[in-house]
Amino acid sequence: MVDLRTSFLGIKSPNPFWLASAPPTDRKTNVERAFRAGWGGVVWKTLGEAGPPVVNVSGPRYGAMHGPDRRLIAFNNIELITDRDLEINLQEIKQVKREWPDRALVVSLMVPCEEDAWKKILARVEETEADGIELNFGCPHGMSERGMGSAVGQVPEYIEMVTRWCKQHSRMPVIVKLTPNITDIRRPARAAKAGGADAVSLINTINSITGIDLDKMTLDVDIGGKGTHGGMCGPAVKPIALSMVSEIARDAETAGLPISAIGGVTTWKDAAEFISLGAGNVQVCTAAMTYGFKVVQEMISGLSQFMERKGYSSIEDFRGAAVPKVTDWQYLNLNYVVKAEINQDTCIKCGRCHIACEDTSHQAIWPKVDGVRKFVVNEAECVGCNLCVLVCPVENCITLVHKTEGTDPRTGQPYNQPARNWTQHPNNPAVFKAAE
Amino acid sequence: MALVADAGGSADIAAGRLPPEELKANFGDLHPPLDVHEARVEAERCYFCYDAPCQQACPTAIDIPLFIREIANANPLGAAKTILDSNILGGMCARVCPTEELCEEACVREAAEGKPVKIGHLQRYAVDAQMATGKHPYARAAATGKKVAVVGAGPAGLACAHALSVAGHDVVVYDARPKIAGLNEYGIAAYKTPDDFAAREAAFILSVGGIEIKTGVALGRDIALETLAKEYDAVFLGLGLPGVNKLGLPGEDTLKNVEDAVAFIADLRQAKDLSRLPIGRRVVVIGGGMTAVDAAVQSKRLGAELVTIAYRRGVEDMKASPYERELAQTNGVNIRPWARPIGLEGHDGVVSGVVFERTRLVDGKLVADGAPFRLEADVVFTAIGQTGAGDLFGATPPKMQGGKIAIDAERRTSLAKVWAGGDCVVGGLDLTVAAVEDGKRAARSIIAALA
Repeated sequence: MVDLRTSFLGIKSPNPFWLASAPPTDRKTNVERAFRAGWGGVVWKTLGEAGPPVVNVSGPRYGAMHGPDRRLIAFNNIELITDRDLEINLQEIKQVKREWPDRALVVSLMVPCEEDAWKKILARVEETEADGIELNFGCPHGMSERGMGSAVGQVPEYIEMVTRWCKQHSRMPVIVKLTPNITDIRRPARAAKAGGADAVSLINTINSITGIDLDKMTLDVDIGGKGTHGGMCGPAVKPIALSMVSEIARDAETAGLPISAIGGVTTWKDAAEFISLGAGNVQVCTAAMTYGFKVVQEMISGLSQFMERKGYSSIEDFRGAAVPKVTDWQYLNLNYVVKAEINQDTCIKCGRCHIACEDTSHQAIWPKVDGVRKFVVNEAECVGCNLCVLVCPVENCITLVHKTEGTDPRTGQPYNQPARNWTQHPNNPAVFKAAE
Repeated sequence: MALVADAGGSADIAAGRLPPEELKANFGDLHPPLDVHEARVEAERCYFCYDAPCQQACPTAIDIPLFIREIANANPLGAAKTILDSNILGGMCARVCPTEELCEEACVREAAEGKPVKIGHLQRYAVDAQMATGKHPYARAAATGKKVAVVGAGPAGLACAHALSVAGHDVVVYDARPKIAGLNEYGIAAYKTPDDFAAREAAFILSVGGIEIKTGVALGRDIALETLAKEYDAVFLGLGLPGVNKLGLPGEDTLKNVEDAVAFIADLRQAKDLSRLPIGRRVVVIGGGMTAVDAAVQSKRLGAELVTIAYRRGVEDMKASPYERELAQTNGVNIRPWARPIGLEGHDGVVSGVVFERTRLVDGKLVADGAPFRLEADVVFTAIGQTGAGDLFGATPPKMQGGKIAIDAERRTSLAKVWAGGDCVVGGLDLTVAAVEDGKRAARSIIAALA
């Protein structure tokens, strides 16, 4: 029997699907609707310090990149942290936690980089009996111009400092939300850990401009004649998030630090992928904003079916299972040889594999055999690059076959050579030098 | 053509069998055009194949993957230019081409899932966008001072004239009919080309300039080929098929309401008010091609009650495509194969029925099989093929073959300075798109010859 329950930093949740801190978790009505739909937890939309409310633009705050059928590929926003009154938020958080004790409720926070400001808000959040806090060091627009959000997340020393304050002045578990708008995600993650963070969550949104209106010569998200970069999320950012999650999961300093994964989670499969890279749960926003809260039902059902099929009884059974498979390029086996093979029974003869290979790769697919339109791989040229597989419109029509017997006509080398990576390769100057 | 009731009143001929709004709907657009979003989604289905099979299947070799990609990327005018570069009548071809036997049959998505990209619809979308601009996308080259005569303003003639004009030649187009565009204007079912499209397309083509039109001028009657060849630097013959085949049955020429389907279609296309166009209650169409289907379906859509296409061979042998046959059947036309007409019956000088013998194939030969049967008919349309006219050319005709003009690969006839194309030449596909290709190729050859 599959059990989707998770305990992330001791925060119990009926499933690993949380709503990320964002518009969907801005208020009690929405959060309760989400819980009724089946979400395991929410991270409440970022609270700021008491005082005059945050002011958002009254022009468009969202942008998007669409596929041809208007399927949303990427989403972009310039919304700020909550613009609702702090007291109302705190009151609602308290009510929701009381009424939904089995769901995870974490509160996202962002106040100026002053110890006092953090101290004050932490005390107030603690009163709500929320399960934990998430430090918003990721928001890349608006708030970052005021020295908060990603302005903090881009300076590891600040991350460490603020995290330490939070751990000092609160009993609540602390999750540090990281910005991807940096060069090496391991640095901020290490800083968070050094500051005492219980977990990191990532990725926050990526600086982006979704497009230009070429008639008006303005950004497509045009606020009275001007626009600004926003934060991008949605399906298109998933590969970036997967990579960053894996970096933290396999870094010697941060390995084992709990990760709440965020970034383009749209289906159960996305979630399973993040979990396999070590995430303890996932946070979702764009999918909910695109389709409504009901999408979680597909995620729950899909993940359960997957786990059942694989014989996993809990999330922990496969969490991090793919982490040991992630390595640096230099450790890849250079003697692992694959060749493309085209299934002539399922081939529809569109020729995309041929022209892609011919124009841009290794001229390794023939377009004709005996004058007849037929696409066949020339193994003497094929380097197994995968391009043909990727451009083929028919799933599984072209496959890469692992060669183990005989000689590679391209290199003249036998296929079954012992594994050898770059650190062992004679062409590597470092190896050559060592041999001398 | 005039359908009449007989004195005895047994022939049921009447106009206005359907209310005007129903007639309007019946002769409106068979396929509504794609809107912007539909076009974009459909365009995205295209795989942009290498050496695309659809392009290979197109008689005019339109770069289909390119124009579809242009549509997908919100560039319909670029798409139109790509189409028109290969086929200046791309608008009409998008409407009348048997795409299911050409580009769409070759589409790899047909092989993959039985649902080819709707190439015809997309082509129409692009060309319609171009025509809606009211602008012509080509400019003429500097005048060459050369003059070319084009005889016949159908698809072949117009395509040839346009290409010649773009190259800087002056062109005079002669046509025997009062209107230009040939079969596009007179010979295609109305619901395929509503809103006067044939005339609008012809006007679009002529808007390049340099093409003079002389209608009501027939070769062999008003002008002689010899004279044209003397007066012009080159002559292109796009004469079509002026004759029709006969059943060869007694009464064919004397009984009223036995009519040539081509003439019926032309009358229908030219009718100002369809509610005043008479049709019989029971219509029998003899033949198995596009003309038979066009006549039958339009009879039905005018309000005829019982319409039968009788064909002497099997359904699979019909020249009408499966799509056309289905169109006939979904319009309530009964297709009766293996039926060869052997007699026409009349009453009071007006046709009242057709007697058929049942047929079957024995060793590849069609033989009578069993007792004859009779179909009652108020109107009989014959659609058993058209013929060329070899007697239009005077003392020095071009070399003919089976009643059609013999040509080489460049569409040159046996006469110096004379080219030909379209339905009047040997080896034609009897398709608009093939005629356009002939006109285009002939123009290239003429341009090279005059250079």
